[in-house]
Amino acid sequence: MYDFEITKPGSIADAAKALGGDDAQALGGGQTLIPTLKQRLASPTTLVSLAGLSEMVGICKDDDGRLCIGGATTHAAVAADGSYPGLSGLAAHIGDPAVRNRGTIGGSLANNDPSACYPAAALGSGATIVTNAREIAADDYFKGLFETALEEGEIITEVKFPVPEKSNYQKFVQPASRFALVGVFVAKYADGVRVAVTGASEEGVHRWTAAEEALNANFSADAIAGLDAPSGDGMINDLHGSGEYRAHLVKVMTGRAVAAAA
Amino acid sequence: MTKVTLTVNGKTVSKSVEGRTLLSSLLRDDLHLTGTHIGCDTSQCGACVVHVNGEAVKSCTMFAAEADGAEVKTIEGMANADGSLSTIQAAFKEHHGLQCGFCTPGMVMSAAALLKDNPKPSEAEIREYLEGNLCRCTGYHNIVKAIMAASGQDVPAVAAE
Repeated sequence: MYDFEITKPGSIADAAKALGGDDAQALGGGQTLIPTLKQRLASPTTLVSLAGLSEMVGICKDDDGRLCIGGATTHAAVAADGSYPGLSGLAAHIGDPAVRNRGTIGGSLANNDPSACYPAAALGSGATIVTNAREIAADDYFKGLFETALEEGEIITEVKFPVPEKSNYQKFVQPASRFALVGVFVAKYADGVRVAVTGASEEGVHRWTAAEEALNANFSADAIAGLDAPSGDGMINDLHGSGEYRAHLVKVMTGRAVAAAA
Repeated sequence: MTKVTLTVNGKTVSKSVEGRTLLSSLLRDDLHLTGTHIGCDTSQCGACVVHVNGEAVKSCTMFAAEADGAEVKTIEGMANADGSLSTIQAAFKEHHGLQCGFCTPGMVMSAAALLKDNPKPSEAEIREYLEGNLCRCTGYHNIVKAIMAASGQDVPAVAAE
């Protein structure tokens, strides 16, 4: 790694100030950023550690019944919570136990890896991403591979999830990396079903609207079985699988998620 | 350089570290606790797993500066006070849970973290928990057996998958 300084601010305000410095970079749990630094793919002057900000750790319910998760809350904590089973089930299978003890929801959403799990939950739930500056609807937040609506130095302080009637996440793992080759998050709300797909598209996480419409009419795996798989055009095409293969998996994993939704 | 003060295996230590110093480097190079192994240095193999405030973490994927004030336990802290092997370590020995031994420190630390939260895990739960600990010798069967035995359960005839 190139050399850099680590600062450990005591508050979100101090962290935001530190991130205003030249080549400063936020450090969440570090489970992606530290390997990136080791490969010299990033060379910040200063890392601003967010892990110690207690005001960004924890899970609670707001007055609207939404599950509010602090940006520095670990995957392990979300997995253990259980009040939103689809979300906890997703968090329980990110990486491995040691990774889940360090990695954070804010870090995952800020990085927006096209094969990460959390973006599917946030988009599939219509979550609200809360930063130190504003609130961003998930539909406006994800902008493609590793791209988000976050401004330079903006910090995800909290993520608010409306809790659905039923939900489930199904991940088809790439056997070597254990990242999602394709992952599908399905959430059934009183006002409609949302289906979010990760791992598949060159545009990153996205909604599969044809499936949402079919499930709004009939929330069953049969409704998915009757659909054509999405087009393989624009799907990721690499040595792990062709675009058509991924498109087929989107349909299969959506059907499984609907069947397993609870 | 940043000064960090932490407790390692019950002893308080203070060191000056660079921002980029990893917890694994602090343990091995500065404190000479070389039982924590660095297998891949890419967060995948789990040979470097230690406990930080009671939770299993990959010490090659955490900065030493972030361990300031933390309580860290390494494989050197696992034996009983009289120097005899802990239950988990003894079970690894008894059930041949190691061959070359390189992954063993991480395996033992992960096993200890699992049994703290789940004292009687099923075979499937053990295998899933060890997803982040790679062993290239044993095929995992004897490691799983050792952890079953350490949890006081019957050791099954583990079938190859």
